[in-house]
Amino acid sequence: MSLIELQDIRRSFTIRTKAGRLRREKREVHAVDGLSFSIDAGECVGYIGPNGAGKSTTIKMLTGILVPSSGRLRVAGVDPARERVRLARRIGVVFGQRTTLWWDLPLRDSYELARRIYRIPDARYRANLDRCIELLDLGGLLDTPVRQLSLGQRMRGDLAAALLHDPQVLYLDEPTIGLDVVSKARVREFLREVNTRQGTTVLLTTHDLVDIEQLCGRVMVIDHGRVVYDGSLDGLHAAGQSERTLVVDLAEAGPAIEVAGARVVKVEGPRQWLAFPAQQSAAPIVAAVAARYPLADLSVREPAIEDVIARMYAEVAIG
Amino acid sequence: MAELLVPEPQVRGPEPQLLAPETRMARVRWALRSWRLVAAMWTRATMAYRASFYLMFAASIAATSLDFVVLLLMFQHTDSLGGWSLPELGFLYGTSGLCLGLANLLVGSADALGDRIRTGTLDTMLIRPAPALAQLCAERFSLRRLGRPLQAASVLAWSLTELHVRWTADRVLLVPVLLVCGTVIFGAVYIGGATLQFWWGEVRELQNSLTYGGATLIHYPPTIFAKELVAGVVFGIPLAFVNWLPSLRILGKPDPLGLPTAFQYASPIAAALCVLAAALAWRAGLRAYRGTGN
Repeated sequence: MSLIELQDIRRSFTIRTKAGRLRREKREVHAVDGLSFSIDAGECVGYIGPNGAGKSTTIKMLTGILVPSSGRLRVAGVDPARERVRLARRIGVVFGQRTTLWWDLPLRDSYELARRIYRIPDARYRANLDRCIELLDLGGLLDTPVRQLSLGQRMRGDLAAALLHDPQVLYLDEPTIGLDVVSKARVREFLREVNTRQGTTVLLTTHDLVDIEQLCGRVMVIDHGRVVYDGSLDGLHAAGQSERTLVVDLAEAGPAIEVAGARVVKVEGPRQWLAFPAQQSAAPIVAAVAARYPLADLSVREPAIEDVIARMYAEVAIG
Repeated sequence: MAELLVPEPQVRGPEPQLLAPETRMARVRWALRSWRLVAAMWTRATMAYRASFYLMFAASIAATSLDFVVLLLMFQHTDSLGGWSLPELGFLYGTSGLCLGLANLLVGSADALGDRIRTGTLDTMLIRPAPALAQLCAERFSLRRLGRPLQAASVLAWSLTELHVRWTADRVLLVPVLLVCGTVIFGAVYIGGATLQFWWGEVRELQNSLTYGGATLIHYPPTIFAKELVAGVVFGIPLAFVNWLPSLRILGKPDPLGLPTAFQYASPIAAALCVLAAALAWRAGLRAYRGTGN
């Protein structure tokens, strides 16, 4: 059974721009334009797209903040537009760039407020808080005012706050933005734990593709308000026609070499870069190069997922 | 630890009755509870800066007291203003200030709605299982705002000792009714005015002119103003029902507009209409913001 279901969801905004001294022009902008997908309970889905693609509009509709212009939407068995409050008890939301914690009060107080606002039964509250404290290492921070926490500590605090009421779905908007490598790793580890062991469904938007590589079995790429890719991360390489790169160090500098099945994309002294389709084997190309040119060294580079996605955005823009 | 990590679908399934309030009364209680919880948090948050709190509190009392000092200075040169004596003016001043001050304390934060929308705070309120309006009104709640009502209450207390009024039962009863209805009317004006910010972000000044400007207007007796203006605050923005109309009855003054005496008892009806209008405006505003029925 799918926990989140969107059928042909559209959301448009009316933008008024000045046209002349007094005249104002109305323009309809389609932030989300016919979005359909479903997410099963327990999935961890990466939701990516360039700025302005419609990611936040989607999240706002999924949390019940915005109401779709048309289409059918269900989250955890609830129509978010009609039953915002009922939905609020079943979802957790973390905005990476905005904290919901109380700036001037000890971390503990924010949790205490959540307990009362969400009416979390005492036993559940204590169990959930204890678990979060252990997994996120918050023990020493509970009595520290939030303003004195580092960004990484605050993000961990926010994650705990979003999970105290046992949400079925956790939405994360840029959960690792601005964090250092260690904090990022810690946040990812915690999210994996929540997703796999708790069975909480996770939907996260991010610009850091390592988040996706390490957490998400499924990726959705959205652009211009439509889903342009929905599938596994590996599938994204094939869909994006990505290329691997063979880097060869020749014995001496020379002009670009010629090898069947690959093309030289860069020459720098004796080092040359050869691109070839990601699904092809590197062996025949290496053999072909070695047969004709004296080789000092070589290495194969996997395609960067950033490049794949960048190419995907570009194609949509052209098409 | 391990058993805690096992998902427990039962806990997430059916929710207790309390969580989905169906009746109107339950909704009101639930809104008040949410307001109280958030306001208590802000009170503790502001107490984190104790010195700043006391300084601002003192400054607030000093600033509002200046209004009354102006009245006192005026009465150095005259014994009455528009046929009203100093204690009678003190009564108007005290009731107006007390009602505005209490409304400001309880729901005054709503006037920062435009900022809440811009910074996304409203969105975080909408994802909590509590009424957004209650959260908005309690946002940045501060006891510092007790300054104005306390100062106004002391002027009111002084005026009550100085007034020469025959305290009949209806007059005695009208005083608390006046205070409650006046607070409710000002509160509704705060919220109704704030609601305009859903459509126009920068109308806070307009709203302030209605609340603070209106409160200053009704510091003074209606007899000194043009009839059109007085009619405007009776039938337009009904601030006359805060203290002017009931005070005519309490203090035994003639009505400059010559309205039926029923108006002098009609503050509860005016307050109810104001609440209804503000509630409708709020719902319409929130619907526009969320894009319902777009």
